[in-house]
Amino acid sequence: MPYIPHTDNDRREMLATIGVQTIDELFREIPENLRVAPGSLDLPPALDEPKLFSHLWEISKKNVNMADVTCFLGAGIYDRYIPATVGAVISRGEFLTAYTPYQPEASQGYLQAIYEFQTMVAELYGMDLSNASMYDGSTSMAEAAIMATSIKRRERVGVSEAVHPHYRQVLNTYCWSMGIDVVTLPATESGATDYTGADGCACVIVQYPNFFGTIEDLKSTRAAADEHDALMIVVADPVACALLKSPGSFGADIVVGEGQPMGVAMGLGGPMVGLFATKKSLIRQIPGRIVGKTKETHGDRPGFVMTLRTREQDIRREKATSNICTNEALMALASTVYMIALGKNGMRQVAETSVRNTQYAIAQLIAAGAKLKFAHKVFDEFVLELPKDPTMVRDALLEKGILAGLPLGPYYEGLDNCLLVAVTEMRTMEQIDQFAACLKEVLA
Amino acid sequence: MSHLAGFRTKRMPEPRLIFDQSNTGRVGCNVPVADTPEVDLSEVLGDVREDLHLPEVGELELLRHFTNLSHINFGIETGFYPLGSCTMKYNPKINEKTAGLPGFANLHPMQPVETIPGALDILIGVQEMLLAITGFDEITLQPLAGAHGEMTCLMLIKAYFESRGEGTQRHTVLVPDSAHGTNPASAARCGYDVKPIPTREDGNTDLEALAEALNDSVAALMLTNPSTLGLFEPNIEQICDMVHAVGAQVFCDGANMNAMVGTTRPGDHGFDCMHLNLHKTFSTPHGGGGPGCGAIGLKSHLEPFLPIPVVRRSSAGVVADYDRPASIGRVSAFYGQFLMEVRAYTYLRAYGKEKMADISRHAVLNANYVRARLKDVLPPAHDRPCMHECILTAEKYKKENGVRALDISKRLIDYGFHPPTNYFPLIVPECLMIEPTETETKETLDEFCDAMIEICREAVESPDLLHDAPSTQIVGRLDETTAVKNLDVRWFPPTV
Repeated sequence: MPYIPHTDNDRREMLATIGVQTIDELFREIPENLRVAPGSLDLPPALDEPKLFSHLWEISKKNVNMADVTCFLGAGIYDRYIPATVGAVISRGEFLTAYTPYQPEASQGYLQAIYEFQTMVAELYGMDLSNASMYDGSTSMAEAAIMATSIKRRERVGVSEAVHPHYRQVLNTYCWSMGIDVVTLPATESGATDYTGADGCACVIVQYPNFFGTIEDLKSTRAAADEHDALMIVVADPVACALLKSPGSFGADIVVGEGQPMGVAMGLGGPMVGLFATKKSLIRQIPGRIVGKTKETHGDRPGFVMTLRTREQDIRREKATSNICTNEALMALASTVYMIALGKNGMRQVAETSVRNTQYAIAQLIAAGAKLKFAHKVFDEFVLELPKDPTMVRDALLEKGILAGLPLGPYYEGLDNCLLVAVTEMRTMEQIDQFAACLKEVLA
Repeated sequence: MSHLAGFRTKRMPEPRLIFDQSNTGRVGCNVPVADTPEVDLSEVLGDVREDLHLPEVGELELLRHFTNLSHINFGIETGFYPLGSCTMKYNPKINEKTAGLPGFANLHPMQPVETIPGALDILIGVQEMLLAITGFDEITLQPLAGAHGEMTCLMLIKAYFESRGEGTQRHTVLVPDSAHGTNPASAARCGYDVKPIPTREDGNTDLEALAEALNDSVAALMLTNPSTLGLFEPNIEQICDMVHAVGAQVFCDGANMNAMVGTTRPGDHGFDCMHLNLHKTFSTPHGGGGPGCGAIGLKSHLEPFLPIPVVRRSSAGVVADYDRPASIGRVSAFYGQFLMEVRAYTYLRAYGKEKMADISRHAVLNANYVRARLKDVLPPAHDRPCMHECILTAEKYKKENGVRALDISKRLIDYGFHPPTNYFPLIVPECLMIEPTETETKETLDEFCDAMIEICREAVESPDLLHDAPSTQIVGRLDETTAVKNLDVRWFPPTV
């Protein structure tokens, strides 16, 4: 086994140094009846490396992958280009195989990269600061809601119906286990949020753009939060924030989101990277790691460390701000490289290309026989109303090599005839024309 | 001192922040310009933001920046990384290659489930192999990390008691004082009161204290086995019986599964559920502190409450089941850490039935070897064979030479090794927790032990060498108090 380098001679010498005859003797504290004989478990046989690779290759080919179809599916995970530099950086063993930087002197590379990550996430969101990342967008949102309940000392949170349904399901699970009520704030006819039910809530949570693609009016979110003395939490698409006014500029208290669109493979939704940014005044309540700049104890060189550690589980135990231990460092690094590679101009260009493609797609798809469900402004995603069953339409288009989007019936009452469509910078005019032509055929 | 050769020295220039390398107009990736018609952005979007302070650098500058940063970061591929409780084993390259296959990496989590049969094969494959290894009845791969898995287990336990009308009554979770901090934090996160249970001097759970703490207000005992002291709990069956006798559940913290793979199955010990860290035991890379990957195993009485989706076999093949009325709901947005599951699957199939037990057998062999070689300079905290990690104490150097475990650790960096875990578990004074893992050669262990013995000699003869360590890195010891006092957690653009 190449991963275990011991020779027979090594084993003999090591056992002699330890003072036992066999490896089995080292396990003598495990009651005999609880031991199983080596090689006796019900497992498939071992594969050598070439067989292993072709086995996995065969399994992978059974899936329809997004490089083989034209993808108009978004719903929180986006088909965006990942620069080649991202893979080159995150596959470096010094990053890939490191652990949490508990020893800062030997981890300055990662700590600095995370400091740069925190800076750019805060910048995109228009917030004072960001943490070192969370598991994913959904758990980031749940943590933000729980943080709000402990700040406001209330056991109720308000979440817009137009927030990603899976995120709301995760929020429900987290809140159920802590005895927190979740109030759903309904979406209006226009696809934006109605805040009238937010009484007594520690926070109001909206998505920006929301699940339907609608660019929520964050001014009214701020006003609603103020009216109920609640925190304003925004789940924001970081790429959209390269063009839209930042949530921070509207006075958001906490901004969270999914970092996947910035350099992380879709990977069936994992691993992702949760973004988490706040106002400075809330820093001591933040969950997760935070990297800070300092200098040597006996010298002048600057350096980076994990800071405000007394919030964390390994020190505070049951009194910690969260049970989270790891952040999502490798994916945060991928996003860091992405934000740097694209930079100010590239980020805007990706956003603008998506907007242009989206506007063009809306016009073509309407011409093909679909209707726009909501009249609101959108960024790169929108809801179509179809004269035929959206699931049937999607399946028919998939046979033509187009993944048309997400049928909303399973998620929302009253949207049975609706399809959620996303158009990123990856789509071309030709692909959009093709989509419209095929849709027209299917609807005919 | 051969490790010092070629290792970074303090002479290296400090890396600049990427923001200080920015120059207006540069770009590091050729991104598409739309071929669709132009639009008036403010008409389409409303107000458009004007400022966006992101760096502007070229592609080569970007790569040099990160290559230079990587040179001042220590990973398993840099050198020996005996960080106790973290199982820093080799992360095989074939796993990276399979996880990068387009048929895995380019899957959208919301694409029709009928289009991902291969992905479901991977998920069920990992589940079934973990079932065989752990001896549980069910596995879910939904949790995104170890702590997330702990929390999910406690949620299952909570849902189980609620279904029996005992939800309010059972509000306490017992946690040994040697447990990882995530255990009490996860219990608190599930709304439980946490009560610590002491550990006896020999490292075993204090059964009398446990008996005293057990009553019908207890929901669960969270036990790490082997314990964080690196010791197998020989009374495990009795402990599980005692907890079950008052109607409570036993959770196993699986951080130390590497000691058990192929040798003993926690499901047979009497545990009701456990979490596994695929990033420890099953070699998915730690990535600098995430992505973690936290499968959980459970007995059938907890099955109705599994988070959705439940990936299982049916007459229609492998399905993702959402029709689960008693489920706790979702704990993560999609299918868990899928690409990590691909890596774990690859790893498990590389070992297979024949070789799986080699993992725990060599992990335990390596730990006992280090323990034996160091026992004269750093006595083990307990006079018993250790499992996959050994816990040593540097107390005598603190008393006699004013040298702490932390100083020994920092000096190890100068010798080219990553330090072990310090000051954990909290109950061992001046603790050094060394987990070599099975993937290290005898030669590496010998070099490490030689370095430790040398450092212990230095501790007596020239303790300042240790107090001032490390002296070979880009920075010396950093001032963490100042970091908290003068919080600087981001760069700001210069004000014009």
